[in-house]
Amino acid sequence: MLNIDCPWCGKRHETEFRYGGEAHIARPEDPAALDDTEWAEFLFMRKNTKGYFAERWLHNNGCRRWFNVIRNTVTHEIVGSYKMGETPPKLPKSAGGAK
Amino acid sequence: MVKYSILTIARNALTGHKNWPKQWRSPEPKSEYDVIIIGGGGHGLATAYYLAKEHGVRNIAVLEKGWLGGGNTARNTTIVRSNYLWDESAAIYEKSLQLWEGLAQDINYNVMLSQRGVLNLAHSLGDVREGVRRVNANRLNDVDAEWLDADGVKEFCPIINISKSARHPVLGATLQRRGGVARHDSVAWGYARAADALGVDIIQNCEVTGIKRDGGKVTGVETTRGDIAAKKIGVVAAGHSSVIAEMAGIRLPVTSHPLQALVSEPIKPVIDCVVMSGAVHVYVSQSDKGELVMGAGIDSFNSYAQRGSFHVIEHQLGACLELFPIFSRVRMMRTWGGIVDTCPDASPILSGTSVEGLYFNCGWGTGGFKATPGSGWCFAHTLAKDEPHALNAPFSLSRFESGALIDEHGAAGVAH
Ligand SMILES: Cc1cc2nc3c(=O)[nH]c(=O)nc-3n(C[C@H](O)[C@H](O)[C@H](O)COP(=O)(O)OP(=O)(O)OC[C@H]3O[C@@H](n4cnc5c(N)ncnc54)[C@H](O)[C@@H]3O)c2cc1C
Ligand SMILES: [Zn+2]
Repeated sequence: MLNIDCPWCGKRHETEFRYGGEAHIARPEDPAALDDTEWAEFLFMRKNTKGYFAERWLHNNGCRRWFNVIRNTVTHEIVGSYKMGETPPKLPKSAGGAK
Repeated sequence: MVKYSILTIARNALTGHKNWPKQWRSPEPKSEYDVIIIGGGGHGLATAYYLAKEHGVRNIAVLEKGWLGGGNTARNTTIVRSNYLWDESAAIYEKSLQLWEGLAQDINYNVMLSQRGVLNLAHSLGDVREGVRRVNANRLNDVDAEWLDADGVKEFCPIINISKSARHPVLGATLQRRGGVARHDSVAWGYARAADALGVDIIQNCEVTGIKRDGGKVTGVETTRGDIAAKKIGVVAAGHSSVIAEMAGIRLPVTSHPLQALVSEPIKPVIDCVVMSGAVHVYVSQSDKGELVMGAGIDSFNSYAQRGSFHVIEHQLGACLELFPIFSRVRMMRTWGGIVDTCPDASPILSGTSVEGLYFNCGWGTGGFKATPGSGWCFAHTLAKDEPHALNAPFSLSRFESGALIDEHGAAGVAH
């Protein structure tokens, strides 16, 4: 079970949260200008990083707010949480070639 | 290849079973192959076997970073069925089930296919309508399917609780009698042995670390055992598909998640079919050793760790006990996880890519064990002919651009 730090409520059990997948996927500014390939990129293609990964979580059974987390998808280590629009926390030094 | 039969068993008994030959060679990698398959799970080994057998390709290597079947192939709960909703899925999974039915003979290896019947339970009016619809769709596709009401379910599986006062009462179920379970390691080992006999080099402890390209075309791979040239590459790496896609500079719509399973202590035979419930999130069968084999849905977050969170197991056991109160004092012995490659439409990808000679077979997610023979058969065709077979043409990567998704969440959602 992950212990996730909600930027508003503090550390809570994973069961209070919902997962939102890859973070920082920008909505197209001009949707009508996108071709099919670009739509596929936006809707379906995902980073799926092995290692440190920026992802979204929703504090569903708490403050009901979305935020971002940097987590290692191999060790499940959580580096830190940050609010939407904030800069992500720095990765640990060892992160170099994280597998 | 020594043919396995009662006579060879008898002959080897005379020498105390000490002289059985190795099931496959472990050769050093050659410097070049016509086709390299990345991933020695069931799907990769089946691909190599059908490439050699059906298409006469002989210069093939299967590269596996660990050991054969160490991935999802030998971590799954072995449910085999073909009762998917949409025509495209029914066709490919039914092809697979038909291959399963002749597989032990074909590869001369006992894969212990046990067609004991698979129930998919309905717990709400919505489930009932979906179930009946799927039965009708299956019949139109020549896939055997029956609808059972609650009493019919009880008759087929007497230990199930059909009380109307249950939180999620059992209202009925679809039944596929030809569905069942098989022995997972045997599938990997059997295909490996049969492929090896046709000259395929199976190379374990060989991790692919890079894909070499010359412009828009693949030329080979970099591995922990040196560089190997190849005209074509088939990637069959399940949860690690995205990692290999990144090496080749392409993107996939898959995400990797833990999927957990668990087994109980062995008990006397109590359940002789497979019971699955997408709504309350559990499925159960009993192994030949007597263990109850159970699983549920994926852990929500991305992971490559082959382990998930405990609350997922707690949830599935709660559901299990409501269906089977008789299990309340059974002890669980082991839990484990595999990393499954899920696709947005819960359907697989068997497809060429924008890189010439580079093919992907992935996205089977939580339910690809049943598809092992059919997947290998179709993928071999795709690699040999440089175009998909009619059965896997709909499962192309381009469907995410065209929008022709094959939405199997209803039939595949939790289930396997
Ligand atoms: C707990 C669980 C229960 C399941 N239950 C069912 C079920 O009941 N029914 C069903 O139909 N399906 C089920 N599945 C799904 C099924 O197991 C998979 O879809 C299927 O086994 C995938 O087979 P594969 O050969 O593609 O993958 P794998 O067996 O995972 O093989 C992929 C191989 O690629 C190798 N590899 C990865 N990266 C590299 C690299 N860089 N270089 C070399 N090799 C590499 C891996 O080591 C691995 O051996 C379940 C899965 C899990 C985890
Ligand atoms: Zn909160």
